[in-house]
Amino acid sequence: MSETTIRLDGVGKSFGAVRALNSVTLDIAPGECLGLVGHNGAGKSTLMHILAGTLTPSSGTLDVGDRQGIRCVFQELSLCSNLTVAENTRIAHRNLKGWGWRKRASDMIRAKLDEIFPGHGIDSDAEVASLPIGQRQMAEIARAFTVTDQPLRLVILDEPTSSLDAVTARQLLDYVKAETARGTSIILISHLLGEILAASNRVVVMKDGQIVANRPVAQFSRDSLVAAMGSEVHKHASAARTTATSGDVVLQAKPFGGAQEMLAHRGEILGLAGLAGHGQTRMLLQIFSGTDADVKGKLAFIAGDRQSDGVFNLWSIGENITVRSLAALRKSGLIDLAAEQRLAADWKGRMAIRTPDVNNNILTLSGGNQQKALFARALASDASIILMDDPMRGVDFGTKQEVYAMIRAEAEKGRTFIWYTTEFDELTHCDRAIVFRNRAISAVLGRDELSEENVLRASFAENAA
Amino acid sequence: MITRSLIRKALPFLSLAIVLLATFIVQPRTMSYFGLNLMMQYAVPIALATIAQMFVITVNDLDLSIGPFVGLVGCISATLLLDNPALGILALLALMACYGAVGALIHLRNLPSIVVTLGLSFVWLGIAVLILPSPGGKAPEWLKAMMAFKMPIVPLPIIAALVIGIVVHLALMQSSYGVVARGAGGNAKAMARAGWSMLNIKVIMYALAGFFGVLSGLSLLGLTTSADAHVADRYTLFSIAGVILGGGEFIGGRVSPLGAVVGALTLALAGSFLIFLKISPDWQIGAQGAILIIVLALRAAVSFGEARS
Repeated sequence: MSETTIRLDGVGKSFGAVRALNSVTLDIAPGECLGLVGHNGAGKSTLMHILAGTLTPSSGTLDVGDRQGIRCVFQELSLCSNLTVAENTRIAHRNLKGWGWRKRASDMIRAKLDEIFPGHGIDSDAEVASLPIGQRQMAEIARAFTVTDQPLRLVILDEPTSSLDAVTARQLLDYVKAETARGTSIILISHLLGEILAASNRVVVMKDGQIVANRPVAQFSRDSLVAAMGSEVHKHASAARTTATSGDVVLQAKPFGGAQEMLAHRGEILGLAGLAGHGQTRMLLQIFSGTDADVKGKLAFIAGDRQSDGVFNLWSIGENITVRSLAALRKSGLIDLAAEQRLAADWKGRMAIRTPDVNNNILTLSGGNQQKALFARALASDASIILMDDPMRGVDFGTKQEVYAMIRAEAEKGRTFIWYTTEFDELTHCDRAIVFRNRAISAVLGRDELSEENVLRASFAENAA
Repeated sequence: MITRSLIRKALPFLSLAIVLLATFIVQPRTMSYFGLNLMMQYAVPIALATIAQMFVITVNDLDLSIGPFVGLVGCISATLLLDNPALGILALLALMACYGAVGALIHLRNLPSIVVTLGLSFVWLGIAVLILPSPGGKAPEWLKAMMAFKMPIVPLPIIAALVIGIVVHLALMQSSYGVVARGAGGNAKAMARAGWSMLNIKVIMYALAGFFGVLSGLSLLGLTTSADAHVADRYTLFSIAGVILGGGEFIGGRVSPLGAVVGALTLALAGSFLIFLKISPDWQIGAQGAILIIVLALRAAVSFGEARS
């Protein structure tokens, strides 16, 4: 491993007055898995775009050799949804052309999917739009590892497991090990510190556009990583909130695939768990539309897929926050603009949305702050029941802690949260968890039974038996 | 569900079959070589204009100038191309290059294609009126002969429409470059990240639209034998309707060349059908609109069911 694949020396990048990257020096050796962690806005994405060649550095030198061997899996999925999986493979490979290209593309992506995600169930001739988000992410990851004529040198994975369930995430991390053993370098960016610690050889911590730590993985622990990133480890108070499940029942709903009903009480934080795609999102949508559900109170929905279901791209941050509350902001038939501004400014402060002005376009915010605006939209409304569809996807650690605290505070005030999450850590913030399997309830776990083992057992019971 | 997506794909063909059947029932004499030839003769220029529109829709834009453009091509071909073929061909090539340049302009300045092409439609019309202030000119003999050619058994317009549909289908839906073009409509950002030039793609797609617009103008002139600046004004809406009727969507790079050709045939046939029903020409546009709305409503219903299941 003497030969260095990629070398950055004092690389910096500015966008106008904003310094996104400040003199980064980094070597990446062949066959190395480099874990990259940091808050949103720490400069990870900028660094990644510079390595990928989509941004040119404003200063410093960059020696990457041949760019063809560098691939990226971006956080927001970048497949063409109107094309099939095989056709998307063609997009990534210029030399997949001529007679029989379709079969070659199809064989190539299928073989790679089989290798990384055995039992994936993805048809390479299926249009991407028809695939659930987890399978899209699997297809995109597999595409990044396909090889035609150029050898693969570096693959950058930005939050690759954000839409994967526990099993497929595990398969990916195993594959990362196998691929690095073949000499490919991998940069793994993840907010799941467990993944970073399990898969990397070396961990680089970024903060404010700089590398603040760069050490072998063995020298890090979960707590030391978090400490290096600059936020403190908030051990949330798991104080018994036995009152939560004894309040009035505000929600009663029957899942599509089973007979057992789910109940939610006033002031309760109810987690929906289980493997991704086992009916949790469908359950939320069903509650929201009132099918087979008895709901006492007004509802608000926080989307997980920000880009397609969440933000209004052309609107300001303020308008994105107040849209759910416009009915309440009416004054003699028109919107009371002053009240709207007040509401937006109030929630900007309460959610600590990092922007100088709520009248800026929503897209000026980082992903985590956009998600905060979506939380503000729901919390600012008159809804007493908040439905959350895995809303923390790709949100940084610090933001998460702030939002968790906010959820808890709102629950104390009597709001009910129905929270679908794919991260086990988030379930520990819930009073109870309902585990879904095959669109039905497979277990209801009270606070004292809520352990990773129990959730996994309920998610997999059929396979284990 | 397979059956629903199958229904959605088959809908353009079913619509054509239904309109054709209805025409045969209302006027049985159309069920002949001569009848079909007469009814379908304008299908070729409409199909070509529809294909031109489809290339622009593939990259999420809309061309509101294709009708006047087809008219302008007719005017140039009935005068310049007739008198001085070399200069005429040069003029037509320059028009295609103009289309490509418009694509570049729209991409580079990030302009809304609707506004740019709406403005252009008046430019095309203006030039056409300058060239031919009143209807006139004469189609070159070879063009007339080509459009009047009698195929054995199956009338020429049907064969020609099929060939156009299949050729474009192979190029856009099957070839590896067609995938790149459709990908640009699906996710432009992802294409740029994968190293494809969006500028090149847009220029090529617009130039192809210009190419098929020229073919449409030539074939129309071959049928009408003399030119008129306003002859194809309705083609703008026909072409958009044809693409959508054929299963295409305004955004997202979802198009179907075979469907677009079938959509164009359906619209051409619907015109004849309404004449046979003795509906006054004043009501025909409205009636065609009604047919369009019915088909789109059916498609929406099928797609809605698809999304739910």
